[in-house]
Amino acid sequence: MGLRGEAAILGYCELPPQRKLTREPSFNLEQWARLSKAALDDAGLSATDVNGVITPLIGEADMFVPSTVTEYLGIDANFAEIVDLGGAGSAAGIWRAAAAVELGLCDAVLVTFPGTHHFPMDDRKPFVMDDKMHFGASSNAFGSPQAEFEIPYGNLGQNGPYGQIAKRYGYEFGYDERAMAKIAVDQRTNACATPEAVFHGQPITVADVLNSPMIADPLHMLEIVMPCQGGAAVVVGNADLARKSKNRPVWITGFGERVPYKTPTYARDLMTSPMVHAAEQAFSMAGITRSEVDMVSIYDCYSITVLMSLEDAGFAEKGKGMDFVANHDLTFRGDFPMNTAGGQLSFGQAGVAGGMHHVIDGARQIMGRADAAQVADCHRAFVSGNGGIMSEQTALILQGD
Amino acid sequence: MTTYTPETLTRPLPVPTPLTRPFWDALAERKIRIQYSPSLGEYVFYPRPLAPRTLADDLEWREISGAGTLYTYTVATRPPAAHFASAGEMILAIVQWDEGPKFSTEIINADPEQLKIGMRVRPVFCDHPEGDITMLRYEPETNS
Repeated sequence: MGLRGEAAILGYCELPPQRKLTREPSFNLEQWARLSKAALDDAGLSATDVNGVITPLIGEADMFVPSTVTEYLGIDANFAEIVDLGGAGSAAGIWRAAAAVELGLCDAVLVTFPGTHHFPMDDRKPFVMDDKMHFGASSNAFGSPQAEFEIPYGNLGQNGPYGQIAKRYGYEFGYDERAMAKIAVDQRTNACATPEAVFHGQPITVADVLNSPMIADPLHMLEIVMPCQGGAAVVVGNADLARKSKNRPVWITGFGERVPYKTPTYARDLMTSPMVHAAEQAFSMAGITRSEVDMVSIYDCYSITVLMSLEDAGFAEKGKGMDFVANHDLTFRGDFPMNTAGGQLSFGQAGVAGGMHHVIDGARQIMGRADAAQVADCHRAFVSGNGGIMSEQTALILQGD
Repeated sequence: MTTYTPETLTRPLPVPTPLTRPFWDALAERKIRIQYSPSLGEYVFYPRPLAPRTLADDLEWREISGAGTLYTYTVATRPPAAHFASAGEMILAIVQWDEGPKFSTEIINADPEQLKIGMRVRPVFCDHPEGDITMLRYEPETNS
């Protein structure tokens, strides 16, 4: 079952995240066009090579998003998809693109995730602060289980539910807050070797993390992502285009995905994340083992997401993730390179494009383009995506020739 | 930049639907009534038309005691949304009923320091006449 490894990431564009936007505000559709052009230029390919698009939700359309995008870019798409899997959407988009290429539907697919939320403004088109803005990922629509059984109790957003997961983890397996802090510290070291990272030049210590404000017990501020403005695009193409591309092709050889629930309250076992299934399928499809991976890029909205993903993807024994983190050097020069550009915690999270940070982190390393943060001899990467509250998860295996 | 926001943001209250009404009606009577699927052999929460996983068409309403244990919680030092700005520190909790299902709620009448996962908790019925609704919160069973 699965991919044959005949579709590859050929180019990408990742805007340096900004906490305060200094670039011009622009609409998601405009960003879609510019990010895509930059990714195609990076690959050395032409817009006419593209006959597939994958998009997240965008600000300018609630419906008919894929056709709105293809019209805007002038692409006659054989495959046009919207992926609504939050932070898992980027990785999910990559395997869907690879599947479309391997099925012969497309020569090249653009997977473009705008991540700048400052749009041009005009009083005649006022920005309406509606429930969607207030309650984020939870729906307050009549009839929504979230509106009826969660939002009224303050169970919404991300901090609370991730705090609940971390608290339960500590109850079942024990909790070493210094190990949790080390995840953020090692990633910051990687960001300090990555000039585009929002926290470049700002190293931190374990004490800094533990002294930062407690946001949702036991999670501190420095264990939580910094929302940023940015955006990313990736070109996935077939073997013919791979030969024409400027970059070393990064073949997509395995993937897995699982989407079992929306809210952690209803997880049958909150301590076994969907990543167990997603990673197992990805490794099995690629036919490689955990130890054959040269670097990992793990979705890191919170430190607890990293910890549990390392365990549930099979890199660390269940319940021993904190020992694993404490005993390994997670920096780009370490024995277990992880989130080598800083991860979202230290590179910055550009909205839903944050998931693409991990795809591009893996591709950049395999292409050998990580400069000061380059992992020596890097040919295989494991990438994870995570949406909702550890409730939608995707895994990818990326490989060089 | 022009933004329109409602004048006041008040805490959102649940609005029952035709299907979920028996749960809320029971709360108003200080009872807890949830669904049970005989073929699945499990209690089900939240209310649905068909049993989750099997989609069996045999859900029936049954009263439960409402007693349970604290499955997990977090102390939210910042409001989860602007609507909760006046709520102060909130203890966001998941309670597992003795009958099995988990319930998203808040712990009240408690100092965060006294909370322990696994501790026994009991229902507190909170009437909200402004929304014609009774919400179900929890407190430690050790409270006198």
